[in-house]
Amino acid sequence: MTQPLLEVHDLVMHFPVGGGMFSKPAGVVRAIDGVSFNIRKGETLGLVGESGCGKTTTGRCILQLERPTSGRIVFEGIDMVTLDAAELRAVRRRVQVIFQDPYSSLNPRMTVGQILEEPLKVHRLVRDKGERELRVRDLLVQVGLLPQHAGRYPHQLSGGQRQRVGIARALAMEPALIVCDEPVSALDVSIQAQIINLLEELQARLGLTYLFIAHDLSVVRHISDRVAVMYLGKIVELADRNALYEEPLHPYTRALLSAVPIPDPKIEAKRERTVLRGEVPSPLNPPTGCVFHPRCPIAVDRCSAEIPPLREIRPGHWVACHLA
Amino acid sequence: MAKLLQVENLQTQFLTSAGVVRAVDGVSYDVDEGETVALVGESGCGKSVSALSIMRLVAEPAGRIVGGRILFQGRDLLGLSEEEMRDVRGRDIAMVFQEPMTSLNPVLTIGRQLTEGLEIHLGMQIEAARARAVELLGMVGIPDPARRLTQYPHQFSGGMRQRMMVAMALACNPKLILADEPTTALDVTIQAQILELMQDLSRRLGVAMLIITHNLGVVARYADRVNVMYAGRVIERGTAGEIYANPRHPYTLGLLRSVPRLDEPIRAKLDPIEGQPPDLTRLPPGCAFAPRCAYRVDRCAEVPALTAVGAPGHLSACWEAERLAKEVAA
Repeated sequence: MTQPLLEVHDLVMHFPVGGGMFSKPAGVVRAIDGVSFNIRKGETLGLVGESGCGKTTTGRCILQLERPTSGRIVFEGIDMVTLDAAELRAVRRRVQVIFQDPYSSLNPRMTVGQILEEPLKVHRLVRDKGERELRVRDLLVQVGLLPQHAGRYPHQLSGGQRQRVGIARALAMEPALIVCDEPVSALDVSIQAQIINLLEELQARLGLTYLFIAHDLSVVRHISDRVAVMYLGKIVELADRNALYEEPLHPYTRALLSAVPIPDPKIEAKRERTVLRGEVPSPLNPPTGCVFHPRCPIAVDRCSAEIPPLREIRPGHWVACHLA
Repeated sequence: MAKLLQVENLQTQFLTSAGVVRAVDGVSYDVDEGETVALVGESGCGKSVSALSIMRLVAEPAGRIVGGRILFQGRDLLGLSEEEMRDVRGRDIAMVFQEPMTSLNPVLTIGRQLTEGLEIHLGMQIEAARARAVELLGMVGIPDPARRLTQYPHQFSGGMRQRMMVAMALACNPKLILADEPTTALDVTIQAQILELMQDLSRRLGVAMLIITHNLGVVARYADRVNVMYAGRVIERGTAGEIYANPRHPYTLGLLRSVPRLDEPIRAKLDPIEGQPPDLTRLPPGCAFAPRCAYRVDRCAEVPALTAVGAPGHLSACWEAERLAKEVAA
């Protein structure tokens, strides 16, 4: 098998909180606490979990918008964590991002054309002005917009169109990997499907690799090849899409799946539901042992004492649970 | 069952620099006593504005209710004075908002926010109100309620804040709760908790609910009847079972088909609704959905009225509802 495009090894990101300029921090938020996974070229890895589970921070570490506390992020064979600013700039071009809210991630004072030209100028990819304009037109058409949209400002576009601009901006750099951080959750239902189809078409046409971060389990199932489930800074389950959705082995994954409502009253009436007790604990003071044990419907004594390692229970199916 | 709320031909408009926005454009629906009714639609379809209109909370002077009637227990709320309306709000009709953090007062304790309504609406003394507040917090599943009353909203998690909103809504034994996207800001596992709680309490206490949401899944499990809205109008209405099994409006069908579902085989491609949501200042004449509609015919230049289709109580505002039904069945 070929080498993965991205390897994340034992990633840790702790944020100190409290304390003043001269005093020590009062505590540490364990946003990511030892996360490892690979992404193969051309695949989509879905990363799901609830707010505060560390999925967005994981994406930000891969983008090098955060410098992780420890761990390695190996992209195309190079450990990004060790690079200096100049070396990083070259690698960064290959790793792009699509943000959740296309309104707050586009500069309101720039036209769509200027937004798309800027990275081409900064990275000196296309030096000639005329060629740059051609490239902008080409990008707009690729994402299903019209060349005349180049003269518009973000506020003149609908939410779906703005997200298409966000995608075009990511494509401008000809990236290998795109971190999609909740790319459709701010959009209306009827528009979400348009954007998901577009992302899939682009992947097929350009051979892109996606890290797809989302909380919507139905969308993640649709778009991903493999899926990782995070809870309180740790991966609790990682498997092929079908294995994860058809035979979830971690009690948290099972609870998450049963909480997703299905748009059909007949099916809903018959469905079993595991409604989890309580809420996600604070990452400032995570529980001992398995971080999920206080809410787990099947926890035993061992779960509060020992941290379950992520084990490969079946080929390609990894679970962090003593009872799996 | 008796009609608790009847909204008749409601029209609410906003005056903006881009022109008049007809946010709610002749909407009618009703809620029976103890029933759970849903208003479903995407952003800008007028679902929230219609709820704000019921509470007479549309921000003037830009927003105005320009026509229609809102009968609550037979009394037209639009004819009430501001003082009379104040008695209705929070006592007869309560509201649960989407974002509990922005709808709670950050500088008042949880206890004060719960007892204020009890003292004003029910004339309770401080001690009695506090006892009732403890009972309410317990009812919505907040542990250690007596201690929690002295805390502030920022000391509560998102799910707890939404429980607190539900407690506030229930405080004065209302007949009707308007829940505007009550779980949209919450995580899935917490969403499930809050929805189960609301359903359980509304059944136990016999409170009717009007749930406003964009999530078709939420509606399937919790609503008795569903109204689907598009561009300020109700375009389809029926029991939840009917709407999902036999949609009779192309927009409803499009919404149902565009979402991936956990219980279905994975499709190679999703079927989105093509085009963009309508600009409310420049609505096309006739059916507002026509520009995005695959069933469009010449007649769509005329606005179709909500008319009975199929099962009793099932209405659709589409000229081609019959053809749609045949094609979906085929």
